[in-house]
Amino acid sequence: MKDFEYSAAATIDEAVSLLARWGDRAKVLTGGTDLIVQLREGQREADMVIDVKKIPQLMESSYSREKGWRLGAAVPCHRIYEHAEVADAYPGLADAARIIGGWQIQSRASIGGNLCNASPAADSIPILIAYHATCRIAGPNGERTVPVAQFCVGPGRNQLARGEILVSLDFPPSLPRSSGAYLRFIPRNEMDIAVVGVGSWVQLNARGDAIEAARIGLGAVAPTPLVAEQASLWLCGKPANDDTFAQAGELARLVARPISDKRGPAEYRTHLVGVLTKRTLAIATKRARET
Amino acid sequence: MTKPSQYKVIGTRPIRHDGVDKVTGRAVYGADVQLPGLVHGKMLRSSHAHARIKSIDTTSAEKLPGVFAVVTGADLPCLAGKMANLGEGAINLAHLSQNCLADTKVLYKGHAVAAVAAISPHVAEEAVKLIRVEYEPLPPVMELLAAMQPDAQLLHDDVFTNRLGEKSARPSNVSQHIHLEQGEVDQAFAKADLVIEREFRTASVHQGYIEPHVSIAFWNADGHVTIWTSTQGAFTVRQQTAELFEIPVSRITVIPTEIGGGFGGKIPVYLEPVAAALSRKCGRPVKMTMQRDEDFQGTGPTPGSVVRVKLGATQDGKLVAGQAWLAYDAGAFPGGMIGPGCMCVFSCYEIPNARVDGFDVLCNKPKTAAYRAPGATQAAFACESVIDELAEKLGIDPIDFRLKNAAKEGTRRPDGEVYRRIGIIETLQAVKQSEHYRSKTSGPNVGRGVAAGFWFNVGLKSSAAANVNNDGTVTLIEGSTDIGGTRTSVAMQLAETLGIAAEDVQPHVGDTDSVGYTDVTGGSRVTNATGKAAYQVGLDIKQQMAARAAIVFECKPEQVAVEGGVYRHQGQALTFKELAGKLPHIGEPVVGRATVDAGGATNGFGVHVVDLDVDRETGKVTILRYTAAQDVGTAIHPSYVEGQMQGGAVQGIGWALNEEYVFNERGEMLNASFLDYRMPTALDVPMIETMIVEVPNPEHPYGVRGVGETPIVPPPAALANAIYRATGVRMRELPMSPPKLWKAISRSAPPA
Repeated sequence: MKDFEYSAAATIDEAVSLLARWGDRAKVLTGGTDLIVQLREGQREADMVIDVKKIPQLMESSYSREKGWRLGAAVPCHRIYEHAEVADAYPGLADAARIIGGWQIQSRASIGGNLCNASPAADSIPILIAYHATCRIAGPNGERTVPVAQFCVGPGRNQLARGEILVSLDFPPSLPRSSGAYLRFIPRNEMDIAVVGVGSWVQLNARGDAIEAARIGLGAVAPTPLVAEQASLWLCGKPANDDTFAQAGELARLVARPISDKRGPAEYRTHLVGVLTKRTLAIATKRARET
Repeated sequence: MTKPSQYKVIGTRPIRHDGVDKVTGRAVYGADVQLPGLVHGKMLRSSHAHARIKSIDTTSAEKLPGVFAVVTGADLPCLAGKMANLGEGAINLAHLSQNCLADTKVLYKGHAVAAVAAISPHVAEEAVKLIRVEYEPLPPVMELLAAMQPDAQLLHDDVFTNRLGEKSARPSNVSQHIHLEQGEVDQAFAKADLVIEREFRTASVHQGYIEPHVSIAFWNADGHVTIWTSTQGAFTVRQQTAELFEIPVSRITVIPTEIGGGFGGKIPVYLEPVAAALSRKCGRPVKMTMQRDEDFQGTGPTPGSVVRVKLGATQDGKLVAGQAWLAYDAGAFPGGMIGPGCMCVFSCYEIPNARVDGFDVLCNKPKTAAYRAPGATQAAFACESVIDELAEKLGIDPIDFRLKNAAKEGTRRPDGEVYRRIGIIETLQAVKQSEHYRSKTSGPNVGRGVAAGFWFNVGLKSSAAANVNNDGTVTLIEGSTDIGGTRTSVAMQLAETLGIAAEDVQPHVGDTDSVGYTDVTGGSRVTNATGKAAYQVGLDIKQQMAARAAIVFECKPEQVAVEGGVYRHQGQALTFKELAGKLPHIGEPVVGRATVDAGGATNGFGVHVVDLDVDRETGKVTILRYTAAQDVGTAIHPSYVEGQMQGGAVQGIGWALNEEYVFNERGEMLNASFLDYRMPTALDVPMIETMIVEVPNPEHPYGVRGVGETPIVPPPAALANAIYRATGVRMRELPMSPPKLWKAISRSAPPA
C-alpha cells in the first residue's frame, strides 16, 4: 500500500473543490469499510483520501410522513434500522442495512458508500431501486439528481463526474398499503456477499387483495444492479397471491444475465432471481397489508 | 454419564492456566514478538500454477531504500537426493526446500519464489513488486484423475511411483500406490446378498486456523539461529530448519509462541527458513507474517479426493467383503494423506475380506498438509455413505446395522492392526439410547443422518520436568505446544498423581533448549503421551518427597505411606504442601523428570447424529440439531473434551456444506479469503450436543484416549445421509453446496 494524503472536508463546497482538484487520484471516505480494504489490497489507489463525515448534510437523516425521507450519503447503516419511523416506513432498506456486514461494519458503513462502491452485488441497491430512490449529487456546476437505477454504470463504476459527490438519497413518501422487502441468497447465514439479491416494493389496492404498482430491483445478476421492468409492470392489477408472485419471478428471471463465478453458477443465479422475487413480493405484500 | 469418580482432579473443570492471559490479550503470539532492530520480510509468490523459472532479477528490489536483503532459492543449500526422517516417514529434503523457496520450477499459484527484508512491511511489499521473474509457463495439472494418466504433464522428473517398495520405470505424478488386502475378497463378494459400489469426490479444504503463519528468525553473528514461531512442534521446526541449512540442531533454538490454531497445518515449515535466510544476509531479526490469501495459497490444504467404495453384505446385515480405491491429491510434492486414508476407510467395521488401493497423486496445488484426522474424513464420507445405503436397502436401522458390524477387541483392520479394547460399540449404544436418536423428526424436508468415524491416537516421544516450590506448588515444563487446552489436561494428570489441586501446578511450554525432546502436537497424542510423561514426573516427585518425609519422620523412605497427597508414618502426617514448605531445610531440592516413547496407540471412535432441513428451492441446508458422541477413554477436563468434539464437528460441517478451493482453468485459486472460502459462522450451526463415552484405554495410567481429531470425521457422511432422508437425493460430492444440492434435487423426481 502506498502513502496518501488525507483531508477531512467540513463543507460540500470544500469536498467538491478537493475532488475537482485531485480528480481520479482522490477517493471519498465515508465508513471506509470498502475503501480501506481496497487500498490495502491494491484494488484501488489513491493519492488523496477525502473524509466526508464532517459535512453536516451527509450525516443528516430527515424523515417526514408527508415529504418522505432524505438520507445523508454518509449516515451509517445502524441509524436506519434504529430509527423506528424510518424502519417502519422503508422496512426493505432496513432489511438491507441489517445484513451489510456485522454490527461493527454497520456502525461505520453507509448506504451512500454502498451505492458509490457500485458493486453489482451491493445489498442496498436493489431495494433503493425498488423504492424509487434518487441520488442528489453536488458538483462544480451545482446540484443534480439521478435515479438510483441509473447511477451505476459498471462493476465498481458510477456516473459521478470529476468534482462530484453524492450528498443524499431521497425517498418518496411511503404511502398506505405499500411496502418493500429485500432478501439476498448466501450459502451461509452471515459474512457473505449476495449470490443474488432482490428488492421488491408493492402498492396494494384499498382492499389489499390486488397490486396497483410494483417495482423489483435485482442484484448480482448483471454488471450493474437492474430493474426488472417487465415483471414490475406486469404486476399492476394482478391479484396479490402466491401464483402472481411466482409468475412475476419467472418474468424477473428474463432480465438476469449473470456470470458464473466463485459465488455461484449463472444458471443457479437466474433460478434464484425467480425464488427471491417470489419471496420478497410475498413479504412486501404482507407488510403492505399491515400498514 | 455421571458416576462416582475414582479421581479428585481428573474429570473436573478447572479454569485453564493460560485462560486469563488469553482473554485479556496478554498472551504472546508470534505477531506480538518485538525485538531490537527487527525488520520485516515479505514473500514474492508465483502468479503461475506451473512454470519453469528462467531468471530472477532482484537488482531493483535491492536498490530500493529501506531494503536490507533479498533471497531466492539460490540462497538455500542444494539438497538434491538427500532424504531425512522428520517424524512422518522419510522425505526428500530437496522437495521441502523447494516448497519454502522455488528452485527451477514453480508448482502452484502462490509458490514462494523470493523474499525481501525491509524496514517496514510496506517497503517490503513495494520491493517485492520490483523483483522481475521470467517464467516459461507449463500446462497446469489440476484434476486428480487426469494427473494419474500415463501421458499427463509431469510436475517432477525425479518422482517415480513407489508400489510396495518397487519403483516405476518412468517418472509419474503418482508417487505412491498403497495396497492392503486380507481374506478372500472376490469370493466373499460373490457370496454376498447385496453389493453396493459408489464413487465419491471431495474438494481441497484448508484448516482455516484463525492466526496466519508467522515466524521471526535471528541468525546471530556467532552462527546461532533463534526462531520464534507459531508451530505445533518446536523440535520439528528445529530439525527441518537444521536439515535445510545443513547445520547441527544445536545451533538452532526454537521458541514456540502461543498458537492461534493449527489443526495439522502448522507442522511443516514455510516462513522459518526464509526468515532465517534473510536474517543471515542482513544480520537483523526478520519477522514474516502471512496474509490470509498467502495462508490459503502458500500453505497446505488437505487433499481433494476421488474414492470408490464397494461393500457386500448378507441379507441379515453382516458385512462380508469390502473394496476401496482411493486417490488423494498430494499437491505439488509427494507425501499426502493417502496412507492414513487407506488405513481408516474400513476402520469402524469388522470386514474379514477387504482390499484397499490408494494413490498419492501430484498436481499443481499447494503441497497438502495434515488437517485434523488427515485423510480419514474423505474415506469416511465414502464408506459411511455406502453403509447407510446398505442399511436402508436391507431395511435395518442405521445404528443397528453398524452395531452388527462394529469393530471390537481382536478385529483386524486391512492394514494389519489388531484392535485392543475399543469403544465403538458403547458409543453406538449410547447414541441409540439417546433422547436425540429416539426423538421423531418432523417436516417435509427434514431428514436425520448418522455416521461413524475413527482416528488413531499416536504415542511418540514426550519429555517433562517439574520443580516443587516450597509454597506447595509445582512448576511443570513440557514440550508440547498447546493447541487444544493440553497445558491444563497435562497439568491435571500431574496434579492427580501428586494429590494436589490443578491450580497448584503451573504448566509451561518450553523452548527447544529448556525441555527434553518432544514430538509434534498432532495425532491426538498430547493428553495421552505428554500426560503419561506428567504422570511419571508425578511418580518421580512422589518418591523424592517420600524420601524427604522420611527425614522428618525419622524413618526409612519405604516406610512412608503416600495416599491422596498425604505422606504418613506411624501417626505422623504431612500434606504435600506442608512437606514442600520444609524442603529448604531437608535435603536436596525436588525436581521430577520423565521421558516417554509412548506406545499403546489406541483409537477414538465417534458417532454423530444430525437433523437438518433442506430448502428445496435454493438447496440450502439448515442444521436443526446435532449430537456428537465419542469414546474418549477418560475425559481429563470434560469441557475441553466437549470443546474438541464441538469444534471438530463444526469443521466437518463446513467441509460438508461449503468449504472448497475454487480454481480456474489456469490453476488460480479464486476464493482465497474468509469471505469466499466459506467456513461456518456461529449463525450456521446450532449448539453441538455432546455425549462423552468413557471406555478407558488400558495402555494409559488414567485411561486417556486421543480426542481431538475423530470429531471431524463423521460429519460429511452424516449430513449426506440426512440430506438423502430429507430429499431422496444421495450427494456423493463435497461440498454439498446450495448450487449443487439444488441441481441434484431439481434433477430428481419431485417428492411423492
